[in-house]
Amino acid sequence: MTETHDVDPEFLALPHRQLADAALTRCRELGAENADVRVERHGSQLLRLRDGRLEGSSDSQDTGFSVRVVHDGSWGFAAAVDLSPEEAARTAERAVEMARLSRPLSTERVVLSDEPVYADATYVSAYAVDPFTVSEADKVALLAEWSERLLAADGVDHVDASSYAIKEQSFYADLAGTRTTQQRVRIEPEVTVVGIAPNGGGFETMRTLAPPVGRGWEYLLGTGWDWQGELAELPELLRERLLAPSVEAGTYDLVVDPTNLWLTIHESVGHATELDRALGYEANYAGTSFATFDQLGTLRYGSELMHVTGDRTTPHGLSTVGYDDEGVAAQQWDLIKDGVLVGYQLDRSMARLKGFDRSNGCAYADSALHVPVQRMPNVSLQPAANGPSTGELIAGVDDGLYVVGDKSWSIDMQRYNFQFTGQRFYRIRGGRLAGQVKDAAYQATTTDFWGSMKGLGGPQTYLLGGAFNCGKAQPGQVAAVSHGCPAALFQGINILNTVQEAGR
Amino acid sequence: MTPQDLVERALGLSRTEGCVVLAQETSSTNLRWAGNTLTTNGVMRGRALTVIATVDGAEGTASGSLTRSNVGIDELEQLVRSAEAAARAAGPAEDARPLIVGGAPSPDWTDEPAVTTGAVFERFAPALGAAFERARAADRELFGFAEHDLVTTYLGSSTGVRLRHDQPTGKVEITGKSAARTRSTYVGQATRDFRDIDVDVLEAEVVRRLGWAERSIDIAPGRHDTILPPSALADLMIYLYWSSSAREAHDGRTAFSKPGGGTRVGERLSELPIELWSDPAYPGLECEPFVAAGSSGATTSVFDNGLPLARTSWISDGSLNALLQTRASAELSGLSLTPGIDNLMLAVPGATGSTDDLVAATSGRALLLTCLWYIREVDPQTLLLTGLTRDGVYVVEDGEVIGAATNFRFNESPIDLLGRISGASATQPCLPREWNDYFTRTAMPAVRISGFNMSTASRAN
Repeated sequence: MTETHDVDPEFLALPHRQLADAALTRCRELGAENADVRVERHGSQLLRLRDGRLEGSSDSQDTGFSVRVVHDGSWGFAAAVDLSPEEAARTAERAVEMARLSRPLSTERVVLSDEPVYADATYVSAYAVDPFTVSEADKVALLAEWSERLLAADGVDHVDASSYAIKEQSFYADLAGTRTTQQRVRIEPEVTVVGIAPNGGGFETMRTLAPPVGRGWEYLLGTGWDWQGELAELPELLRERLLAPSVEAGTYDLVVDPTNLWLTIHESVGHATELDRALGYEANYAGTSFATFDQLGTLRYGSELMHVTGDRTTPHGLSTVGYDDEGVAAQQWDLIKDGVLVGYQLDRSMARLKGFDRSNGCAYADSALHVPVQRMPNVSLQPAANGPSTGELIAGVDDGLYVVGDKSWSIDMQRYNFQFTGQRFYRIRGGRLAGQVKDAAYQATTTDFWGSMKGLGGPQTYLLGGAFNCGKAQPGQVAAVSHGCPAALFQGINILNTVQEAGR
Repeated sequence: MTPQDLVERALGLSRTEGCVVLAQETSSTNLRWAGNTLTTNGVMRGRALTVIATVDGAEGTASGSLTRSNVGIDELEQLVRSAEAAARAAGPAEDARPLIVGGAPSPDWTDEPAVTTGAVFERFAPALGAAFERARAADRELFGFAEHDLVTTYLGSSTGVRLRHDQPTGKVEITGKSAARTRSTYVGQATRDFRDIDVDVLEAEVVRRLGWAERSIDIAPGRHDTILPPSALADLMIYLYWSSSAREAHDGRTAFSKPGGGTRVGERLSELPIELWSDPAYPGLECEPFVAAGSSGATTSVFDNGLPLARTSWISDGSLNALLQTRASAELSGLSLTPGIDNLMLAVPGATGSTDDLVAATSGRALLLTCLWYIREVDPQTLLLTGLTRDGVYVVEDGEVIGAATNFRFNESPIDLLGRISGASATQPCLPREWNDYFTRTAMPAVRISGFNMSTASRAN
């Protein structure tokens, strides 16, 4: 199946260029140094099945546009939904008014880094079947069939199945002359089975490990993931978890599967290398970062095995794009090399402020109604070129745990102290897996954890994980992002027993 | 075309057994600042229309729901037909019940939607500018956010519902940091209109708390008597509230499930006569007095649109009294019909005084929190939550704050905490920190908890 598409004609038919011309002309007349216009249409469809029946669906499409200006050194932003040139000009005026309101309260003058002009560029992400072209009945039927099969298995009391599909279309124009038109598709299917122990012995859940991806409906049919294989294993994995012994709290060596490690990377590396956090712009909300700017090039982040990149180019990556929301072309760069902090995630104003030649293209707004902020690219831990398999990593551990699949996550406001659970924790004894244990959480401080990474899997263990729901900024914005990583070995990690933590 | 006209026209176009239309007009404005300077700002208008079609079939009734922004008259018929097609494709809905029959329309049904603009900050912005000046002079940094939203909802149905609600929602948050950013604290306040926001009062609290942190005191992780201010208790109670789905409890998969079957409704959770409730008419925290649901889920049903909401006790006299219900789940669980309401209050009857009074009445040593952050569920069986203290943990000794400890990661269940309250203040309006993107209307007491589980230390300051 081809993965090449054009931008939908319905989006191209919107009066972008008239809107952009009207708004940019007004911005120029009012003396703006910089101005850009974004017209966006975001479609989303969420289907949720409980025990094989459709419990709820939401299908929405948001269309709108915004004008962002730099006027007398201050930002101004205004957004509206009526796609007429008159409203565009009025919105431009409102943006300039906001900049004027801001001026007396602003001490920093906003200047943007340079970027080549892309006069008429188009980007469409790689997918085979646009999920919005598949009938809802067909989608529900597939999820219902999966659910029925699982419900029929021994020990499965409930099944949740869902599919969340998003299509983002955007048109961007700025005073410098860049015009980009883009379309991106992504999908997140999930299945969770619930087992209730007899005689009031509690309940357990087990969720699919399939990550959300920048693909279309073909993903659920087997392109990029073995759904049939994973669904077939779920009941037995759940049964084993229900019977598993409770973990003994203490210090363990951990082999962390990429299905779990991606989220640890997201929280402890991805967010910590956002320059806006390091500079304090998120201090009231998402938080700051221990990886402050004065430590660029010197901070020992982790062991020498650690090579982390940022990119907006990985095929099927959730943060992958042609151009960011400031007209900057997609790039790839190093964040951590040989265990040392060497880069940050940038937008155009921060790039200029801190003396970088160019933004690396991390500006993103989750709708036309929100202002672009610096958001996460795909942040990935590179595998060791000839590194070991997951089995070989496990074989090197005498007494430890193997962690598979993400579940609970939490990290502090400077990205030091984190605590994660998983879909499953396996005991490792004498280099072999010795069954699941339950009630485990691993807890560490970021630099201690990455410093303890003593084994790094090879490319054969590499997997692109990710999330749809990364939150940041005020007003709150949601972004999707992918994280690739191999399996890895961490020595001497603190394991908590969550039943003891609950005081039971 | 007005939103009311869109509702009427869409209902007129309906060709299936039932139709519900929800029109929402939103306006929003915000200011954001960091390091004593404004960073971003915005003023936004939005408009969305949700059409819900219901279709009766041999095996039951199905529903289909679609939401589109800025729908024009020429797109309306297509939207109604698409919702009808979605209903036909969906199959019978488990939550299907007859649509709510409307009574008298809201008296302001025909009025124009309410709108907010940047003018709401007329008094606030200059006061903030003055606070920036004072902060610069005192080598202090202010970070924060002010936002005001207005959402007008028009709900109409083929069974005669014509309801309207205007919902103002606003908040101010200020994070203050000392020179070199070694000490950090936070204050927040919810508001309906910014007329009750006094920047000087908020700033004074920031200055007082940064002062408390000038002396640092080593406190090891472990179980500590801890005073949760109203904001921290609100964040924990909101999570408890969101976790109280009757359907899921009935299905045996939440902390409110009774082992062996049924729910824990009626079970005592605290020896104190605690009351946890919601009330659309609670003064200052008024919220939508009817169900307005764009899609169905475990705790919402599109069939319940227009159902009136009234004061509901979730916990009464210390016992679990009600869970989040739809009409369908109320029948399934055999419990009262108690749908969710967009505010949450907790009171410890007989408790009086302020947070400061509770601090002053503390004998021995206790920790006083600023707020909680990054709260996530660790174990649904006990509703064990993890998270962190944020922007200041203060050490109280014999009624006085004597310094600050580090931040901590906690592991605690909000259900369990209700049984370990050893002191409380009067209930007061507060802004939750963790969940205020979604939930701002809360009133809580400050409470002292015995042996709060500070599991590990955090170096974040």
